Amino acid sequence: MKKNWWKILCALFLVYVIVAGFLSDVPHLPILHETIRNQYFHVCMWFAMITLLTTSLIFSVRYLSNPKMNNDIIASEAARTGIFFGTLGLITGSIWARFTWGAWWTNDVKLNGAAITMLTYLAYLVLRNAITDEQKRGKVSAVYNIFAYVMMLVFILIYPRMSDSLHPGNGGNPAFSKYDLDSTMRMVFYPAVIGWTLLGVWIMTLRIRIQKIKLQTEL
Amino acid sequence: MKKFLATSFLLIISCFLFAQEKVEMADELRSSGKIYVVVGVLVTIMVGIILFLIMIDRKVSDIEKKLKNKA
Repeated sequence: MKKNWWKILCALFLVYVIVAGFLSDVPHLPILHETIRNQYFHVCMWFAMITLLTTSLIFSVRYLSNPKMNNDIIASEAARTGIFFGTLGLITGSIWARFTWGAWWTNDVKLNGAAITMLTYLAYLVLRNAITDEQKRGKVSAVYNIFAYVMMLVFILIYPRMSDSLHPGNGGNPAFSKYDLDSTMRMVFYPAVIGWTLLGVWIMTLRIRIQKIKLQTEL
Repeated sequence: MKKFLATSFLLIISCFLFAQEKVEMADELRSSGKIYVVVGVLVTIMVGIILFLIMIDRKVSDIEKKLKNKA
């Protein structure tokens, strides 16, 4: 039980986020209206994704210096869970765009950057499936993972800032910048980020454990 | 009279402008009380998902234990 305290924290935070996320007062902003509450959900998907993909990168680098199956399993399962959360981020963003901008998808730098990131990571999975030799697969996919992570940083953090975007928080659009994110929103937003990220980590650990069992029983 | 008309006209215009500044929110939704239904549904789903995760977690732990005993 001592080892599982963070799972309890995750559950408590997420239930709190759903209750407070819908019932707490939010700033009245044009364009966003009530959808500002998406910050507790949609935005957190990306936080969870970045955390998981960073974990994946760390274990890929570890695999290169210490080629143990364990490191490869953690790197691949972290990437898979990260891709899952990224996909949720894309879908929820698309739903929001449909009812705010009137289109499921626009050629916005931020949207395309996120899509390119997801494609880069999907290629990681394809690459893994294409190589049957375990040692080779581990090494090649670890090297590719470092490349994919750099691509993610470029397309999610740098590229959208180089030009104007319709996305909230860019180009003077109302959003969750330091001017708009008031203290009541912070009280929900920070637990939301932690809660959703912990949920992602929880799912990742389950997948890693199942993968380890698979490896063990095959021997 | 002209001044009075001009003033009142501007006052009315400013009223319209003020009304437009008000950002539309789902206040109706909250006052009618139905938002609590949605919150209830979502809390149920979240608790359900977490319970499901806990069950999977326990199952995996169980299998890990069995494997350890075998080895």
